[in-house]
Amino acid sequence: MKITFPYMGTSHLVISFFLKELGHEIVYPPVPSQKTLSLGVKYAPEFACLPFKILLGTYLEALELGADTILTSGGCGPCRAGYYGEIHRRILHDLGYPVKMIILEPPLVSPRDFLHQLAELVRPKGWLNFAKQFRIAWAKLKVLDELESTLHKLRPLALSKQEITKVYEEGLELIDQARSVKEVKAALEEALSRLHNVPIDPYCQPLKVGLIGEIYVVLEPFANHDVEKLLGEMGVYVHRSIFLMNWTRDNAFGYGEKDVRAAAVPYLNQLVGGHGQNSIGEVVRYAEQGFDGVIHLAPFTCIPEIVSKSIMPAVSRDKGIPVLTLFLDEQTGQAGIQTRLEAFLDLLRQKRMKQEAS
Amino acid sequence: MRVGIPRTLSYFTFYPLWKPFFETLGAEVIVSPESNKELLDDGVRNTVTDACVPIKLFHGHVAALIDKVDILFMPRLVSLDGKSTLCPKFLGLPDMVKYSIAGLPEIIENRLDLKKGKMELYRFLYGIGRRFTANRLKIMHAIYRAKYNFANYRKLLFKGLTPVEAFACLEGGQEPSVQLIDGALKLAVVGYPYNLYDNFISIGLLTKLRRYGVQVVTPEMVPDKEMKRLSKKLRKNLFWYYSNQVVWAAIYYLEDKNLDGIIHLTAFGCGPDSMTNKIIELECKAKKVPFITVSIDEHTGEAGVETRVEAFVDLIKRKKGMV
Ligand code: SF4
Ligand code: SF4
Repeated sequence: MKITFPYMGTSHLVISFFLKELGHEIVYPPVPSQKTLSLGVKYAPEFACLPFKILLGTYLEALELGADTILTSGGCGPCRAGYYGEIHRRILHDLGYPVKMIILEPPLVSPRDFLHQLAELVRPKGWLNFAKQFRIAWAKLKVLDELESTLHKLRPLALSKQEITKVYEEGLELIDQARSVKEVKAALEEALSRLHNVPIDPYCQPLKVGLIGEIYVVLEPFANHDVEKLLGEMGVYVHRSIFLMNWTRDNAFGYGEKDVRAAAVPYLNQLVGGHGQNSIGEVVRYAEQGFDGVIHLAPFTCIPEIVSKSIMPAVSRDKGIPVLTLFLDEQTGQAGIQTRLEAFLDLLRQKRMKQEAS
Repeated sequence: MRVGIPRTLSYFTFYPLWKPFFETLGAEVIVSPESNKELLDDGVRNTVTDACVPIKLFHGHVAALIDKVDILFMPRLVSLDGKSTLCPKFLGLPDMVKYSIAGLPEIIENRLDLKKGKMELYRFLYGIGRRFTANRLKIMHAIYRAKYNFANYRKLLFKGLTPVEAFACLEGGQEPSVQLIDGALKLAVVGYPYNLYDNFISIGLLTKLRRYGVQVVTPEMVPDKEMKRLSKKLRKNLFWYYSNQVVWAAIYYLEDKNLDGIIHLTAFGCGPDSMTNKIIELECKAKKVPFITVSIDEHTGEAGVETRVEAFVDLIKRKKGMV
């Protein structure tokens, strides 16, 4: 069994570690690129959402590299993501790849299925080893989130943006190499202290922007044209609403961030799948916390975010917080995004100046 | 009291339920005009550009009712079978409309979620009834009449009538006889009821096919029992009610040896259909049954659809040696 898996943000560090320690041979897919996307676009339905296309492209690339098994997640709706695996399988089989797909459904939805699929992954080295490695993988997920959020805070202040990005990547490397919970913790300490050693301008008062929207395009830099880094380098503090851990936790245990949803209720009193309702709630919360603005990312044709976008103008007006919605598809270019971001940041700066003047 | 019902989306599934219900409660039911260009343009102006055509059109229908009714019926339909939900855009529909169109009258936006149990439909209707009368008996009577009419409606569908024909029939019109010409082509036209039976959206697809002498079958004509059987056939069902109906119906008709082809009617920008369409395409491919997708958007011209469908019918006829 030569197993591969899709990218989403830094999650591949943990997934590949875990699979390797469980005793599997891994085929690393290439980092998503324009080529990946073109492949996906070619074989995916036209109106499939962007993540679907990138994933399909990734699978095709990995299959060319010799993978014969794909590990991915399922889900129970109401959004499309939970059905991706089924359609991917049909498309790949139709293209003549006899690939096997291990689709992990949320354990609480279908415990039997979940255990069944899990058992297959655990088989080579047994459950004891699984328990041990699971703890390490879990620890890694947590520290990856911490490292990233620290990077978000420091990047706008750093004197050299290049340096801080480099130091962060070294930190990822350290965490990747850790082989026990203790080592993971030590790696984090080390990575954090290195980040804090990068010279910063302590007097800088960066604009504060919240980043919300559909999980995949929020987490995967290729899908969002590295918007976090772009903003950080423009000297903006980006607070991302979604991290790997809150996603892993919500999906594994079936409960969500209740208070974010509660904040959305006056505007949208209904779960609409994906992060649709969260997006509304998060704008409310960012406004309350004095953020300057919110950037809302969504794939083109994304159902929940179309719902949230329709309601967004009302929330933005009521709460007095500007929101920039970017719908991303295969035609979106980085230059276009950059221009729109710059215009948006100008607006935020003016707003702040007015506030300070009054 | 005048109750406004937009003539789209769930209208084609439930009108025979809503109408007697409100009328028995003593209200006057006002339906928006048949879909047309102005309604759609109006809807397009009032919605985010990224929405699908049916949602835009819905906004147009709502706008058309604004000054004509006292209360607008726009329930939040969450689950109709206790298992799947509707497309997320249905789930957020009342909110989308409220924040997009100004000057709306009072709205009935009760939630119908059969995941909460079998009695939900009663609770839903009862809750609405209370807004019209305090008389419990009157509400129960309205529910009874609604369900009775609805059951009759479903019977007509299973006979092969389209919803619009069935509506006319229930209002006292003649029951059109569904006559079969010997050796006629049999095509399944699958898609959401609000696309199939809205003549403006479908650009008269069903009528056209019938004019060519084709026997047309649609998802609404598949008996409940069969749907239930088919609901266990896929390794994993879709999450959306109407999408499942469409896929199951396609599989049902594919079991029929006499079926000559499938047409999937889909609207521009529809998220669920990117998946539905792929499944149907591959199922048809496996069975070697001819298949086309007819996709409609704000600008689809009548001529384009006509040529495509004609070519498809000709292709099948040639394949069967009929020409
Ligand atoms: S949330 Fe949006 S992008 Fe993600 S699967 Fe659903 S429709 Fe696609
Ligand atoms: S199912 Fe498709 S056409 Fe219907 S509301 Fe949803 S996205 Fe629109």
